[in-house]
Amino acid sequence: MQTVILINLSYTLAAVLFILGLKFLSHPATARRGNILSALGMLLAVVVTLLDQSIIDYRWILLGIVIGTVIGTLAARLVAMTAMPEMVALLNGFGGISSLLVGWVALAQPDLSNFILLTIFLSILIGGVTFTGSLVAWGKLSERISGRPFLFHGQRQVNALILLANFMCGVMFVLYPAQPLWLYLAIVLSATLGVMTVMPIGGADMPVVISLLNSYSGLAACAAGFAISNNILIVAGSLVGASGMILTNIMCKAMNRSLGNVLFSGFGAPSGDDDKLEGEVKSLSAEDAYYILEAAQSVVIVPGYGMAVAQAQHGVKELQELLEENGCEVVYAIHPVAGRMPGHMNVLLAEADVPYDLLLEMDDINPRMETFDVAIVIGANDVVNSAARENMNSPIYGMPIINVDYARTVFVLKRSMASGFAGLDNPLFYKENTRMIFGDAKETVNKLVREFSA
Amino acid sequence: MELVYLSFILILAIFLGFELIQKVPATLHTPLMSGANAISGITLVGALVGAGSEGTTLTVILGTAAVAFATINVVGGYLVTDRMLAMFKKRVSK
Repeated sequence: MQTVILINLSYTLAAVLFILGLKFLSHPATARRGNILSALGMLLAVVVTLLDQSIIDYRWILLGIVIGTVIGTLAARLVAMTAMPEMVALLNGFGGISSLLVGWVALAQPDLSNFILLTIFLSILIGGVTFTGSLVAWGKLSERISGRPFLFHGQRQVNALILLANFMCGVMFVLYPAQPLWLYLAIVLSATLGVMTVMPIGGADMPVVISLLNSYSGLAACAAGFAISNNILIVAGSLVGASGMILTNIMCKAMNRSLGNVLFSGFGAPSGDDDKLEGEVKSLSAEDAYYILEAAQSVVIVPGYGMAVAQAQHGVKELQELLEENGCEVVYAIHPVAGRMPGHMNVLLAEADVPYDLLLEMDDINPRMETFDVAIVIGANDVVNSAARENMNSPIYGMPIINVDYARTVFVLKRSMASGFAGLDNPLFYKENTRMIFGDAKETVNKLVREFSA
Repeated sequence: MELVYLSFILILAIFLGFELIQKVPATLHTPLMSGANAISGITLVGALVGAGSEGTTLTVILGTAAVAFATINVVGGYLVTDRMLAMFKKRVSK
């Protein structure tokens, strides 16, 4: 009895540490401490759980922990900052499969009530969807499978059928828990559902998907918590679930689309009926760009996924310093969905030692865009696509964008005139004050740096 | 009664989560996500009991696999979050 009280008191303390950890995450200066507090909470929860009297054999636990620690440590140390979205996707998936397995093991408990059976089914459902969904997201992000939406006729109907079959399977599972068929069927259906829901989603919508899977991994832990009547799983799981929901919501708002639209529309599939844009594309050499930059008093840099692909962040930071030495004000404008996950650009620029107070959010930069001499767009496309503001027929009409075209001059660093991920033409490229600098973003930035240093 | 009590915790925790996360600035969204992800590895606590209890071979295997996956999630998540947060620096005033 006393151990049970000790364990539960420690769980309460662990929950407090998680909450404080998340609270400290709300400011860059305290965030690191917050993460450590949260890790301490986890350590405490794990250690006291080992005191549980129903644990009689520590060999397998040790084996699992050693394997997990080695893989986890190596992965965290070795992963490149540009590969962070894949890493987070994969970790979400591991959390999901773990909750699925915990639910499965919970089935061995004696005297299961219908409610417990239902929560076991839910941990299998959510855990399974999180696992396979995250694997597909990981494949898309690391380009092991195509990032293009995978669509076929009647997709929604098929998915609805799988979901329906899964729920019916859940009912049978609760009614006949002794029959393993329903358990296996539930696992297979949930895994299929995860694959089918993420396949149709294009690369540019990945920030929403990762946030959503993040939320699911928390909800799966929460369901597993009900399945084994453990309150720390419920508290921690719902904190994560809520956090993922908020991020999902922020991402959807930043694209002016509903969650349903992101999940089901297959946005980003090539469409045939694009209006041809009128106007002339004016290209500029890096040398000429240098003369304009040298005279500039204020520059705003707008990075996108292309900067991550080209690994141009270090060069960008060098350019920023040279411009500043030249007496120019430099800031960065970060769109909420720039890149492949929330905050992707911020992490890359932090890696290149760009101070976080130079990174401005869209709503802070847009009102003063007119005051900038030059806006440099590096590997961003849809988030600066002025069709979102001007063309009511555009699929992204109404999406808030960074209004780079209001700056005096816009440089767009781009590999070629190929359209962005959403497959849309960008009228920005044809504007009077836009100059295209073609080539690899990293090459171009390095050329500019060399011009300044010369 | 147990059910009511657990649901009570659930509801309060969700509201608390919304309040806490709402204040996180956009610049920290990636570390927030990976840090929250590490917290979702709390399912490890449930896995430990599964892997260590007297049970069938199946439950021990499943439990051990669950421990391994959840540990990757926890260890990898916290370490990578720490690595990212260590890079966030404020401008040194000149």
